[in-house]
Amino acid sequence: MKNEKINEAYNSYVEARIPKTKAWPSLFNSFWVGGLICLIGQGINDLIIYIFPSMSQQSAWAWTLIILIFLASLLTGLGVYDKIGKFAGGGSIVPITGFSNSIASPAIEYKHEGIIYGTCVKMFSIAGPVIVTGIVASIVVGIIYFIIGLF
Amino acid sequence: MQTIEFKSKPKIIGSYSIVGPKEGKGPFGSFFDYVMKSDGFGEKTYEMAERKMFEQAVTGAIQNAGLHSGDIDLLLAGDLLNQIISSSFTARAYEFPYLGVFSACSTMAESLATGAILINAGHFHNVACATGSHFSTAERQFRFPLELGNQRVPTSQWTATAAGACVLSLEGEGPVVSMATFGKVIDYGITDVNNMGAAMAPSAADTIYTHLNETGRKPSDYDLILTGDLGKLGAEILIDLLEGRGVKLGPNYSDCGHCYYSRKQDTMCGASGCGVSASVLNSYIIKKLKAKKFKRILFVPTGALMSTTATQQGESIPGISHAIVLEAGGD
Repeated sequence: MKNEKINEAYNSYVEARIPKTKAWPSLFNSFWVGGLICLIGQGINDLIIYIFPSMSQQSAWAWTLIILIFLASLLTGLGVYDKIGKFAGGGSIVPITGFSNSIASPAIEYKHEGIIYGTCVKMFSIAGPVIVTGIVASIVVGIIYFIIGLF
Repeated sequence: MQTIEFKSKPKIIGSYSIVGPKEGKGPFGSFFDYVMKSDGFGEKTYEMAERKMFEQAVTGAIQNAGLHSGDIDLLLAGDLLNQIISSSFTARAYEFPYLGVFSACSTMAESLATGAILINAGHFHNVACATGSHFSTAERQFRFPLELGNQRVPTSQWTATAAGACVLSLEGEGPVVSMATFGKVIDYGITDVNNMGAAMAPSAADTIYTHLNETGRKPSDYDLILTGDLGKLGAEILIDLLEGRGVKLGPNYSDCGHCYYSRKQDTMCGASGCGVSASVLNSYIIKKLKAKKFKRILFVPTGALMSTTATQQGESIPGISHAIVLEAGGD
């Protein structure tokens, strides 16, 4: 039998005792690592334009993303990205490199369950919700855009 | 009554502990029988590494008891992986019968208590008890891939890579298993899987309270009261909960999970997993009991009976704790 009152009292007691994450140091580390990743991205973009002056900005952006995604996957495989993530938290999760890490890490983790049931099935187990949210949001925005266009 | 007394005094005549490299660097490092050089233990998968660790613990305990595999009547074992595969798959390497037991991280106590009952009743002579856990297999089953770059919350605990086994018998020398108190499943509605200490503390409090009540003993009747893997926060909560019921735990209280790693090892609230209490019992505790440094111990491993499915469906985490009284014996 669950006793709602005891549970409520216990939960609020526990809540009061929980050690809190130190917000400012975590935010600081998130901020500068996240900023550094963006700076590296901008640097790659500028370098591409410098080496290939005839390339369109659109293509340069695409190449920048590809390079960032590759680098993050490589660092994941080398066992470095999880250490960056432990230090920087959101700073290394939010940029596209974090997305790359969230796909590469289950791909590595589940390779022993086979290519289909392991790698392929589990690959999107963490990034999946992000992709679904993105697609659903774009559908909603598309419908709104369509309705506005009618008037 | 939840407490049983074993009149025939079953003894732990052999024990063995094996841990991973990180655990070997912790405060108990020098007490363990074997420290693995890597978490992979030379195996293809971490599940196979866990099994190899398990098998080494069982074989080591039998050898340390001065027995052979043929002398063992029964193996009682359990672990954290789905369908307790580490225990069951380990058992196929042996010629003796096997019973799988599960009460999450309280499994060491459940197997010891069950073994003691079977021996006390005269059904078996030598019973092996074992349990273990592995950081990498537990992470993938309960949490995230190892290489995912996320942060751990301050209440989280680190699943230990460790296994422990022992052999119970009426013949031979060793610490006596004199009593056992089986615990009730207690759930105070904690749903946060990153706060297992808080989920398990009420069950530990209930089992310890019931044990003291039924035996008429006080906490000071024990040289050590040792819970399993409540961790720093869970241990503090347990002290509070028992104080609320009129039982004051003194400096003779400790928690394996809380002191399993050193501060520098950055494990937040400490260690968790079946292997924590199993490896501490089958190394440090048994050695201290044999040396008569401790005369009587209350050993209370704690288990969080959670499953990823139930958690995702919003269920709270039930806790369970069984208690065992160990005595140095031999007066």
